[in-house]
Amino acid sequence: MRTTKNEVAIEIIDLNKWFGKFHVLRDIDLKVMRGERIVVCGPSGSGKSTLLRCINRIEDWQRGRVIVDGTELTEDLKTIDEVRGEVGMVFQQFNLFPHLTVLENCTLAPIWVRKMPKMEAEEVARHYLRRVRIPEQADKYPAQLSGGQQQRVAIARALCMQPKIMLFDEPTSALDPEMVKEVLDTMVGLALDGMTMVVVSHEMGFARQVANRMVLLDDGQIVEVNEPAAFFSHPQHERTKLFLSQILR
Amino acid sequence: MAVGSQPSYIRRAVLEPEPPPAASAAAPARTRARLFDGPFNTALTLVSIVIVVALAWPTVKFLFIDAVWTGSSRVDCLAETVGRDVGACWPFIKAKFTQFMYGFYPASEQWRVDVTYVLGAILLVPLLIPAVPSKGLNAVLFFGVFPVLAFFLLVGGVFGLPHVETRVWGGLLVTLVISFTGITLSLPLGVLLALGRRSEFPIIRTICVIFIEFWRGVPLITVLFFATYMLPLFLPDNWRIDALARVLIGVVLFAGAYMAEVVRGGLQAIPRGQFEGAMALGLGYWRMMGLVILPQALRLVIPGIVNSFIALFKDTTLVLIVAIFDLLGQLRAAFADPTWATPVTLFTGFAFAGMIYFVVSFGMSRYALFMERRLNIERPR
Repeated sequence: MRTTKNEVAIEIIDLNKWFGKFHVLRDIDLKVMRGERIVVCGPSGSGKSTLLRCINRIEDWQRGRVIVDGTELTEDLKTIDEVRGEVGMVFQQFNLFPHLTVLENCTLAPIWVRKMPKMEAEEVARHYLRRVRIPEQADKYPAQLSGGQQQRVAIARALCMQPKIMLFDEPTSALDPEMVKEVLDTMVGLALDGMTMVVVSHEMGFARQVANRMVLLDDGQIVEVNEPAAFFSHPQHERTKLFLSQILR
Repeated sequence: MAVGSQPSYIRRAVLEPEPPPAASAAAPARTRARLFDGPFNTALTLVSIVIVVALAWPTVKFLFIDAVWTGSSRVDCLAETVGRDVGACWPFIKAKFTQFMYGFYPASEQWRVDVTYVLGAILLVPLLIPAVPSKGLNAVLFFGVFPVLAFFLLVGGVFGLPHVETRVWGGLLVTLVISFTGITLSLPLGVLLALGRRSEFPIIRTICVIFIEFWRGVPLITVLFFATYMLPLFLPDNWRIDALARVLIGVVLFAGAYMAEVVRGGLQAIPRGQFEGAMALGLGYWRMMGLVILPQALRLVIPGIVNSFIALFKDTTLVLIVAIFDLLGQLRAAFADPTWATPVTLFTGFAFAGMIYFVVSFGMSRYALFMERRLNIERPR
């Protein structure tokens, strides 16, 4: 079964991961098509973040295969770095580099990985900072920005590498409620522009608005996959019903 | 909830921010006010004054007031000759000054040492001032070109400069050569060892651990002894390495091992998220370390790094054990001169050397503090 580069963005086949004795991911099979938006949800400890982090091999695995944009992720460091250049990731704790300005955070990877000249990298960075609506913060340090602004910088930083796929690991979970909207709006904008996105999040409003498919993960296994409307109104599996009953929205 | 119920409070006029009240007295005035404002504070103040005066007065008296400033031999520094209590014997320092600075470097060639010092200062000072641009070029000149130039100038044997054996080098020259080499080479070595010790590859990790623990397990004196007296016994006869060079190698390896642990402490303090953020961008291992992790880690451990540098600078005095005369060694050789034997000669000499060591160590310390404040300006600490 050949995967065509343009069609299937991410293919996860029989993925199994153990943390010591703990079987954290069990027989995960998932295919994400180009332009699709997947929201992965589930109880805490279910392995959602771990699954996401396998896609750019920040976590490794003991069994199974992960193929990103036609390239299989193996132990080869060069391939891993190439794939990471095409997959952008946004973290719950932002993980901005505190010793660099916002602009320098965004231009670091294009300059050193894509070998872009500095002027061009700065142009690209300013473009994406405008896109996330904080162009005026370019010369500030991350510590001087609010949480919502920092997360938007993190999104811009990931976008500056012009990735084909964006991964979001609970991007709004560490934010004060009044800043959640500005980040979600940015993500909706990205989605409407056709970006392939895999989002781990508890924000069900966002999921309803933008997701093509909802994936429920519980105890390391995929429990149910469905379109958002059907997922929320007619959950099939017991665990899905249980999980949804615990979400207040 | 009843319809039309009154809220317990609604603000009428929004308050604009006001400036804070001025301090009722400036900080020094406040401190002065606290000095005598109660029996305990008064007693503390008086005791402190007594201690300071008891320490400072004799020092000032010895170094300046009772000191002898001119003379040509020991007679001029004796209490009988001068007719009063004598303090420091500065003519002694003046007479021995070239030895303290150059050791027994031939007088006709001392200009080469002066040129090296001046060149070093010219390249170092702009590097230390943050406002001066082209730090990259400056760094390459100072750390790359200058050592080579200094080597040729000091050792000679090329370009018509007569060869000067390292055996005759001494005094501050030797102290600075060993310190400079030790400081500039131990930091990169320490960084590599620290990274190696945290490596995922067991072989690299084991080698680094063994290296670090070995060099930290032996005293520096042993290292110097071994390098100077034992190593030549193991090497074939035509492999004669210069004595000073052997000492330099030993010092660098020793200091590098200590530096490795300091740097490793800094690396451990960097949150995992920084590594993940860098990895997610596709930066490889070396770019991640060089651009993201090490700049943060090294800034964190500036106090530890400067501590190691200062200790290294003062540890250079140990080379006396292997018959190399650094500043202190030269001083002790000068004490043996009968022309200047007086009761105050020792004190004078040690005061002089102490002042030099203090100025350099304190200078390094303050500069480091200055750099720390500047580098950490981007985060609220």
